Amino acid sequence: MNAEVRPTVQLASSSVSALAAMKGVFARDMKVAFRQRQDLLNPLLFFIMVVTLFPLGVSPEVSFLSQAGAGILWVAALLSVLLSLDHLFRHDFDDGTLEQLVLQPQPLFLLVLAKTMAHWMLTGLPLVILAPVLGVMVHLDGNSIAVLCLTLLIGTPVLSLIGAIGAALTLGLRSAGVLLSLLIIPLYIPVLIFGTGTVAAAAEGAAVGAYLALMGAFLMLALTLAPFAAAAALKISMSNG
Amino acid sequence: MMHRPDYGALMSEPLPLIPEPLLQAVNLQCERDKRILFRELSFSILPGTVTRVEGPNGSGKTTLLRILAGLNDAWTGDLRWCGAPVANHREEFLRNMLYLGHRPGIKPLLTPLENLRALMAGRRPVSDSALSQALQGTGLAGYENVPCRNLSAGQQRRVALARLLIADEPLWLLDEVFTAIDSDGVAAIEGLLQQRAAEGGAVLVTTHHELALPGMHRLLLGKGGMTDER
Repeated sequence: MNAEVRPTVQLASSSVSALAAMKGVFARDMKVAFRQRQDLLNPLLFFIMVVTLFPLGVSPEVSFLSQAGAGILWVAALLSVLLSLDHLFRHDFDDGTLEQLVLQPQPLFLLVLAKTMAHWMLTGLPLVILAPVLGVMVHLDGNSIAVLCLTLLIGTPVLSLIGAIGAALTLGLRSAGVLLSLLIIPLYIPVLIFGTGTVAAAAEGAAVGAYLALMGAFLMLALTLAPFAAAAALKISMSNG
Repeated sequence: MMHRPDYGALMSEPLPLIPEPLLQAVNLQCERDKRILFRELSFSILPGTVTRVEGPNGSGKTTLLRILAGLNDAWTGDLRWCGAPVANHREEFLRNMLYLGHRPGIKPLLTPLENLRALMAGRRPVSDSALSQALQGTGLAGYENVPCRNLSAGQQRRVALARLLIADEPLWLLDEVFTAIDSDGVAAIEGLLQQRAAEGGAVLVTTHHELALPGMHRLLLGKGGMTDER
């Protein structure tokens, strides 16, 4: 191993900006995900399957579907995000890249935020994009579909952010699935209630501004607090690993 | 290792120049699964030294290195970086420390170049040409754009080790980095460790390989306590 490119040894005080570090984390996660496309499709297929099975299993009546449709889509989206959460840190933990992430001279919560944003782009956003098609399938009217997509657009990042805390906490465990669901689902319930509540209000012709504002507040709360909690949880899991 | 001299006895002689320790551990104690791995462990890592952490399997070598790197919080005692508590200067410490662990930290789906780029992204800007040069330096010329899962275990390890060639961090914590590396590679890494020490850095290494480094320090961990000898 020759050493032509070696820089001199000195105590360094500055590293790259936190934004550049976040970009690096985000870019790497996107690249890894697109080299493993079948993992990207899993939550999407799950989402589509659950929504298609409801009309077959319960009732194909227009009256039932247009009433329950928004709820079905929201529950399916929630479960499909939950399904993908275990991968958020697991692979990185196994191959040691998570160690190197924690050891970057950057605020860890920002790096966790970058990872979570990548997770949302890869799972939450495709669900939002797919929702109008499935909305038509369950006989939602145009206005309801628009509001549903809006609530999913605001709501799915919250699911990813809260989920990151649970994924980080259960990282050191071998069978984390059940515990992860138990930890996370209670925190998902308010998002679900307000998500479907907004669509129901829209269907009745009520104003949805207040509902959406409340969901926006959820998002802001999760955006500001969840990365800290997830970063702390990651450090705890690291200690045991 | 080096201790502060007894100044009384040295009054007539000029004081020897004692460099400030890069890293200092005072009364480290670590308990794992209700078993005390080590207690009252104190040592200093001085610039210009290579220290090998030795001990039988399960004596806590990896745990010690993870504690020093800040990956393990289950310890009591004092850790100081350049004289100040590490906890208060975490980012500064991390910027100046390079840790390579059991797991190479390489994404199998990415190419060596992409892996190195991602590893350096949060630390400092390094040009792609410097990265490829480092990869060539580790004997991976021609493999820059092959996904790492198609490389052998030793080659994957070499991707991680390429960081040693572009590292400007003075402190290296290397945990079993010789695993799966051939004898030529081991000799080259030994050279790098020595060079880093000569440049004023410090290296802490655990390995089951025989290391032939003149002037190497040893830190012995064992059951029921540890000793620290030159």
